[in-house]
Amino acid sequence: MNEMKQIFKVTPLLSKTKRSYCPGCTHGVIHRLVCEVIEELDQYENSVIVVPVGCSTLAIHYFEMDTVQAAHGRAPAVATGMKRAMPDKTIFTYQGDGDLASIGTAEIVHAATRGEKITTIFVNNGIYGMTGGQMAPTTLEGWKTETSPYGRDVNKEGYPIRICEMLSQLNGPAYIARTSVHNPANIVKTKKAIRKAFKAQLNNLGFSLVEILSTCPTNWGLKPVDSLKRIENETMNYYPLGEFKSVEGL
Amino acid sequence: MGDKILMKGAEVIGEAAVKAGCRLFFGYPITPQNEAPAYMAKRLPEVGGTFVQAESEVAAINMLYGASAAGHRVMTSSSSPGISLMMEGISYCAGSELPIVIVNVMRGGPGLGGIGPSQSDYFQSTKGGGHGDYRMITLAPTNLQEQADLMKTAFDLADLYRIPVMVLSDGLLGQIMEAVEFNFDIDPASLPNKEWAANGRKNREKHLINSLDLDLDGLEHHNEKLQARYKKIEENEVLCEDFLVDDAKIVIVAYGTTARIAKTAVEMMREEGYKVGLIRPITLWPFPVKNIQKSVQNSATESFYVFEMNAGQMLEDVQIVVNGKKPIRFFGRMGGNVPSPIELISKIKEIY
Repeated sequence: MNEMKQIFKVTPLLSKTKRSYCPGCTHGVIHRLVCEVIEELDQYENSVIVVPVGCSTLAIHYFEMDTVQAAHGRAPAVATGMKRAMPDKTIFTYQGDGDLASIGTAEIVHAATRGEKITTIFVNNGIYGMTGGQMAPTTLEGWKTETSPYGRDVNKEGYPIRICEMLSQLNGPAYIARTSVHNPANIVKTKKAIRKAFKAQLNNLGFSLVEILSTCPTNWGLKPVDSLKRIENETMNYYPLGEFKSVEGL
Repeated sequence: MGDKILMKGAEVIGEAAVKAGCRLFFGYPITPQNEAPAYMAKRLPEVGGTFVQAESEVAAINMLYGASAAGHRVMTSSSSPGISLMMEGISYCAGSELPIVIVNVMRGGPGLGGIGPSQSDYFQSTKGGGHGDYRMITLAPTNLQEQADLMKTAFDLADLYRIPVMVLSDGLLGQIMEAVEFNFDIDPASLPNKEWAANGRKNREKHLINSLDLDLDGLEHHNEKLQARYKKIEENEVLCEDFLVDDAKIVIVAYGTTARIAKTAVEMMREEGYKVGLIRPITLWPFPVKNIQKSVQNSATESFYVFEMNAGQMLEDVQIVVNGKKPIRFFGRMGGNVPSPIELISKIKEIY
């Protein structure tokens, strides 16, 4: 008789609450990766997640760890206050691109340059999802949204913002990387990057951020599989994947 | 303890906060309160605390949100335009039931205004300022000793009710020097543990610090809970000084710096035989309704004189309580001008 061996189980850090995310949305995959990393690093009881305003505000109910909901864009400031009060806790923010790259630019830049020992999971799908598909600072040229109905015109709406490239110019960050979750190989790479980002915090090396290219089938007006293809064919051309900063010791 | 120290008002705020057990300060430079963060930048490391100069007042108040969520005593200090920027964060703290202490060293507005003393943020601090149905306990010191004492009151009330508390100072109380005595020195480790804090779920259920509720009934219930708490505060936490009101023909109502001026005016007029008195609200919210009502019912009192460094803001709260039963007059200066007792006396004598 063959011995039965458990080779996989769902991380207990994810709640069993019914998700409100749309079909094909990659938040679910990213939530799981974050939870698995925290579990593997034995930080389950030592972590606090700071959630933003946007689709992932609803993550207040999805993580089985202490959770703090922040005002729009302010998660890095909230996390700064938490980490300064509790330097031995693992504090991380989970933010979308409207939250982080538009209304929250000041907070993310300054948390990064101060070298706050926090980690940011930055989910970039190039659109405002929760409010119904408006143009984000990360929306690519030509993309049609509710507020760029003729397609983003860089002469009128400016250019999409590259956060990793910007932040990696600063001295404060210890780890800055951009990954994607459009296929299994990249999901595995994303998990590795998330792990490195948390290691940077645990080793007290400085600020860490992983930008994860994500989809929004509902507001992109595409089927889930076509949305994943769009990441590979369009998004990754403007937002190249890779590690932009990784200090010694990581 | 026990020794009187000559200190500047803004520094009194800092030292009193340290002695009240506060070890975290987040702020942004703005005149006329810069000595408070400067004091904390130097003082907090001496006691194992942390000072962070934030990138903006918006970030500063959200750092308070985080530190408070972690269960720690935390404060900021700013002045009027900076406080306006903090209003969003204060509303979030109110919604998420987070105790924080904010000091507003008021200056003249609107807009960038000036840097002279003013009381023109009365509406902002007592009527909301940020969005939503919330209240903020507002304490108005009249001298530096009280400014020191009320810092402890502010932290205690914030913790007791899980509510933002504002110490409403002004450019005069921030900049003058007076002798103060610190009658308390609290070790943060001795403070009661905040059972609700989000500090890692070791051996317990998950804690959630949050103001979002998309369920209409759920959010209404949350609001009802907050309103019940505000009612309790109104019943139990009013602070007010009545000064020579029992036989007063005219009762002045003033707080903070103008109360200090009014008190001198009352003393000078009493020497000349004028029967004037002073009601000095120390809590602006909760407003000392009963103290005013007592003078409304007092047959010796013919009228009220509201005295502020604004265009008449607390005036409206006095009008609500007096409710047309007796005449109310108002005298105010704006723009950062501080009236003298003589100016007030001449106004009162016109109608005495």
